[in-house]
Parts: sequence; structure tokens; C-alpha cells
Amino acid sequence: MISYIVRRLLWSVLLLLVVSFITFLMFVVLPSADPALLRAGRNPSPEVVAAIREQLGLDRPWYVQYAKYIWNLVAHFDFGYSYQNNVAVRDTIFDRLPATASLAVGGAVTWLLIGIPIGIVSAIKRGTILDRIAMGGALLAISAPVYWVGLVSIYLFSKDLGKLLPIFEGSGSYTDFTEDPVAWAAALILPWLVLATAFAAIYARFLRANLLDVMGEDYIRTARSKGLGERRVVFKHGLRSAVTPIVTIFGLDLGILFGGAILTETVFNIPGVGRLAYDAIQKSDLPIVQGTVLIAALAVILANLVVDIVYAFLDPRVRY
Amino acid sequence: MSLLEITDLKVHFETDDGLVRAVDGISYTVDRGQTLGIVGESGSGKSVSSLTVMGLSRSRNAHISGSIKFDGKELLSASDDDLREIRGDDIAMIFQDPLSSLHPFYKVGAQIVEAIQTHRDVSKSQARDRAVEMLGLVGIPEPRKRADAYPHEFSGGMRQRAMIAMALANDPKLLIADEPTTALDVTVQAQILELIERLQSEFDTAVVVITHDLGVVAEMADEIAVMYAGRIVEHADTDTIFAAPEHPYTWGLLSSIPRLDSPRDEELVPIAGRPPSLINLPGGCSFHPRCPYVKPAHMTTDPLLEPVPDTPRHRVACLLNADTRKQLWRELREGTAPVDARARVMKDVAAEGSAVQAAGDTGSTLTQASGEGRPAAATEEAGT
Repeated sequence: MISYIVRRLLWSVLLLLVVSFITFLMFVVLPSADPALLRAGRNPSPEVVAAIREQLGLDRPWYVQYAKYIWNLVAHFDFGYSYQNNVAVRDTIFDRLPATASLAVGGAVTWLLIGIPIGIVSAIKRGTILDRIAMGGALLAISAPVYWVGLVSIYLFSKDLGKLLPIFEGSGSYTDFTEDPVAWAAALILPWLVLATAFAAIYARFLRANLLDVMGEDYIRTARSKGLGERRVVFKHGLRSAVTPIVTIFGLDLGILFGGAILTETVFNIPGVGRLAYDAIQKSDLPIVQGTVLIAALAVILANLVVDIVYAFLDPRVRY
Repeated sequence: MSLLEITDLKVHFETDDGLVRAVDGISYTVDRGQTLGIVGESGSGKSVSSLTVMGLSRSRNAHISGSIKFDGKELLSASDDDLREIRGDDIAMIFQDPLSSLHPFYKVGAQIVEAIQTHRDVSKSQARDRAVEMLGLVGIPEPRKRADAYPHEFSGGMRQRAMIAMALANDPKLLIADEPTTALDVTVQAQILELIERLQSEFDTAVVVITHDLGVVAEMADEIAVMYAGRIVEHADTDTIFAAPEHPYTWGLLSSIPRLDSPRDEELVPIAGRPPSLINLPGGCSFHPRCPYVKPAHMTTDPLLEPVPDTPRHRVACLLNADTRKQLWRELREGTAPVDARARVMKDVAAEGSAVQAAGDTGSTLTQASGEGRPAAATEEAGT
């Protein structure tokens, strides 16, 4: 088990290297605005631009720039400095992480709370009106783009704009948890629900399909033939198997969201990693983009690893 | 009073394709400590009938009628809760595939403990002691240690032993074994059958063994019921089934199993064709499209399960008259191919060709055996 984890971590490092290289290469190969020009302000003299270029190391060949970047990263855990405002990328990202984590974890809890019960009920009551309504609703929820759901929900429910039921804080009111937990939760409820909509629908459908599959298994028949109550058959024997694959996609989804929920963060003006990446891309701010991409990749890789380890505990047949 | 008394049991399922008559009016009884073998091909309704005894075939689109009396209590009208209390306690069941029948995520011991605690008000450690005792009883070495193993850490035979331990943990009055050895190696099969027999006499359990293999029930069953297309077509004690079978389908089953005491060059005679769809049963006798001794009248008249003259415990559902059947079996036992036996015994049926023709016209298959007792290639092709 330990050697497996070590091996996986070594591979992860290699993977991160590849990710960073590809991101870097995109800035070299694809046309983008000259960062030095962007930095220099209006009508700069060529000397100023040249000075900035030298200061940022942009006059060096790209492979030297890349090697330097990696060296700083490995040796000093230094992600470089934003071209835009010269702030350390590491600090910028770490400042933004709590907001993203708040959104991701809260959203995940929300979609599990909504999706799993719906999935179970739909499977048990398969073919009934209840099942049809739930699955029809799920299809709608999956089909609706998250930014659209976000905008509509602000239009309908936000305190300042709400046309239908103005009860939730709308966009732009994110407060840090440490500052005011109540305001933090109030501002995030709407984004959580919006983010959870599509996920809850996917999880409900997935769990329903899994559970229906499992309930047809021979060992479910055995459980019934032992004289177990239907509730115990479903929850202890059926759900135990049906939920295992859910753990896999849940870990991955959470990992991806830690890398920033760009659309949700943008619509609700949440200062998270996703917003940061979005803004940085627009300004060709390579160090910030590079940093956010690496953090996102790291989150996904770690989530993958955690999922695989957890899986060994969930399924006794899995051994590393 | 018999322990289990089934009367005119019908289990029909509504499906999108039509009404499936999985079990279509069967009756049998099992006494305490007795073993009944139910034999038939897949799709003959043998599993459904026993699942119905357990109350496990109840569903929205199942129509179940008739009567199942267990220990004097009617099970068909019993509530789900009442049935649940009987399941795993008074009636236990083991299944075909022991790997898929055990939950892969729970330890074997824990699964047996669960079965015990469902019906007995005992502490976890008492239940565990009982589980370990049962595992030892079914011949699992180091039962205390093995109780903590997962099903995938057991071999196929061990898993079936564990299933048997689980089924017998509550000392049931009736054990239903649905193809208990089909998924196992031949050498293990015999051990499992022996085990069931030994435990049966130890616990005085009644056993219903469901199988497609007459060999499985030859040793252990007191009586055998042969099922075809949802009905019992022949029912007699085991010796009679092997010595003096009356139904052409039973003859077919017997001729298709190899016997050590028959000449080595004797060919096995498969039963031609396939079991009928339980949605569109052929008219008349359900077996007529595959029966080498069919007469025109058999395609319209539905035979009843009736006692064989002189041996009332032996019942058969066949429209051939008893003398003809006895002569046919005598011919077959001497190694005569079905088609020749027919020619010799049923001389009176001049319309042989037309009967066969008509059988073909119903859209079902009749494969004529050739002179050498081998199905003719052309007709076999038509059957597939």
C-alpha cells in the first residue's frame, strides 16, 4: 500500500511537469499580447518596454525561462510573480483558495444531500410517477447551462434584484468565513444550489442506475431469502454496492472544483481560483495562469489518488 | 400432513411481449425429512416455482394463484412480513452461483451472523459462535479464522459450503437448493451433494433440489418431479423414474445422460428442438413439437397429470396409452432409436408423416432422428 502511494506520487510529479510544460508552451507558440507591453502602460518608450522585458526575463529563450520557472518552483516553492501587478502568484492563489473551497465543499454537500435521496427513491419506486418526475427534472437540470441557471436564479431570488422571492444574497456579496460565518453562508447558498443543480441530477441518475443494477444481483436475492426486511436489503446490501462507484466520480468532481468553478465563480462574483484564472487568461498573465493550472492539476491528481486509496477500503476485492 | 403442500400453483408474469406462463398449474407435496427433486430444462418454471414458495417472485406484474401450504399455513395469502419471518428461518434456500450469491463486500461470517440475528434474539458473539460452528459443520477448515474472510477469498466449493452453512444456521424445516452444484467442478459437486444429504439427515430437513441434471437427484431424491414448460409432466419415486419412466420427455432426459453401464459406443440421444416460449405455448401437449411419438390428436388435446394404471403413486401427463408407452420404453432401453421405436410400436399410426409435417407447420421444431440415432443434419439446421 505504502509503496503504491509513493509510486503514484512520483508519477504525479511527472504529470505536473508535463502539465506545466504544455501550459508554458501554449504561451510561447500561440499568439498572445506582449506581457511587457501590457505592463508598461500607455504609449511606453521602447526603452521602458525593453527594461521590463529584461526584468521579467522575457528576453531569454523560452526554454531558459521554463527551466528557471521550474527551478524556482521546486527549490523555493515559488510560482513567480504576476506580470500584471508583480504580486507573488503563490500568495494570490492561496488568498483565493478559501473562497473556491467554500464553494466546492458546500456545493458538493448540497448535491449529495439532494442527489442521493432522489436516486434511491427513484430506484425503489422505479416506473412510478415519482420516478418519472424525478428523472425528468434531472434531465432538465443536466441540460441547463450553469451560467444560465446562475443568472436566472439571481434574477429570481437575489436580495437586491429578486423578482420572485428575494431571499438569498446575490452576486458580489462574498464574505470570508473567518470574518462573518453567517454572511459567508448566506452569500453562498445560492451559488451552492446553482452549482449543485447539475451535479445532483447526474448523481441521482447515476445512483438510480447503479442501485437498479445491484438490486438485480444474486446476493440481493440471498439477502431477501435470509428474511431481511426490505429496508435493510436496500440500504445495507444494495446501497453498499451501488454507492461505491459514486465515490469515484465524487472524488474527481470535487478535485476538479478545487481547481476553480470558473462559471459559477464568475456569475456570482466569488473571488476564487476560477475567477483568478479567468481574469489572468484575459490579460495574458502567464505566471498566474501557470499557477492556477498547476493547482487545478494537483487537485485532480490528489483527488484521484485519494479515491483509489479509499476504494481499497470500500471494496475488499481491491488490493494494491 | 405434509410439510409443504402445493396445489395448482400458477405464476404468470405480465411482460411487454405478453403473458409469460412461467408456472402453469403444478401440485406436489414434500414431507418432513423427505427429498424431492425437480428436474427440467432452463425455462421450465422449476426455479420460479420454488422462489414463489419463498415469496420472492411477488411483484407488480406477477399473477400468482393456487395454494402453497407450509406447515399448515397458507403462504400465498400471507403478508410480506409473515413471509419474511418464514424466509431464512423455516424455509431456507441456496442458489446456483455461490460467488454472486454472497455479498462481495461483507465477510462470510458476518453474512451468516446477519442471517442468524434476523431470526434469533441472540447476542452478536452468540450468533458468531453459531456461524463458526456451522462453517465447521459444512467442512470448512479453521472456521473461526475463515469466518473473517471475504467471499472472493474462498474457492467455489467453499463458497457453496458457506451458503449451505448460512441456509442451515437457523435449522430450517425446508431447504430449497436451486441448482446447487451447476456452477461447481465435477469433483466438488459430489462433495456438496453428500454434504447436503448428511446435513439433511442430521437436521431432519426436508429438501427440494432443483436441477436440470438427473444425475444430481438420482442419489439423493426420494421422489422426482419432471417439469416441462411450466408443468409437471411426470412425478414418481426416484427408482421408478429411472427404471420405468412413462413420459417421452423423461425418456429424452435419460437418453441424453451418459451411463457407465451402457456400451461405450452407444450414442447419446439429445432431445431435439428447444423448450417452447412460455408466452406462446404450442397447443395441446406442450411437448408435442419435440416429441418423436406425436399423434395428430396430441396437438389439440391438453394432457392431464394422471396416475399410471397399477401404480397410482406414479403420475404422468401423456396422451399415449399406457401400453404403447411401456412398449416404447422397452424398445428405447434396448438402444433402439426413437424413430425406429415409433415405427415398430406405433404401427397403427398410418398418418405418421402427416403428424410430423403438421408439427413442423406450427412453426416449432421437430428434429427427426436418423437411423443411427443421430439427428439428421438438414432438420437440425431447420431447428436453429
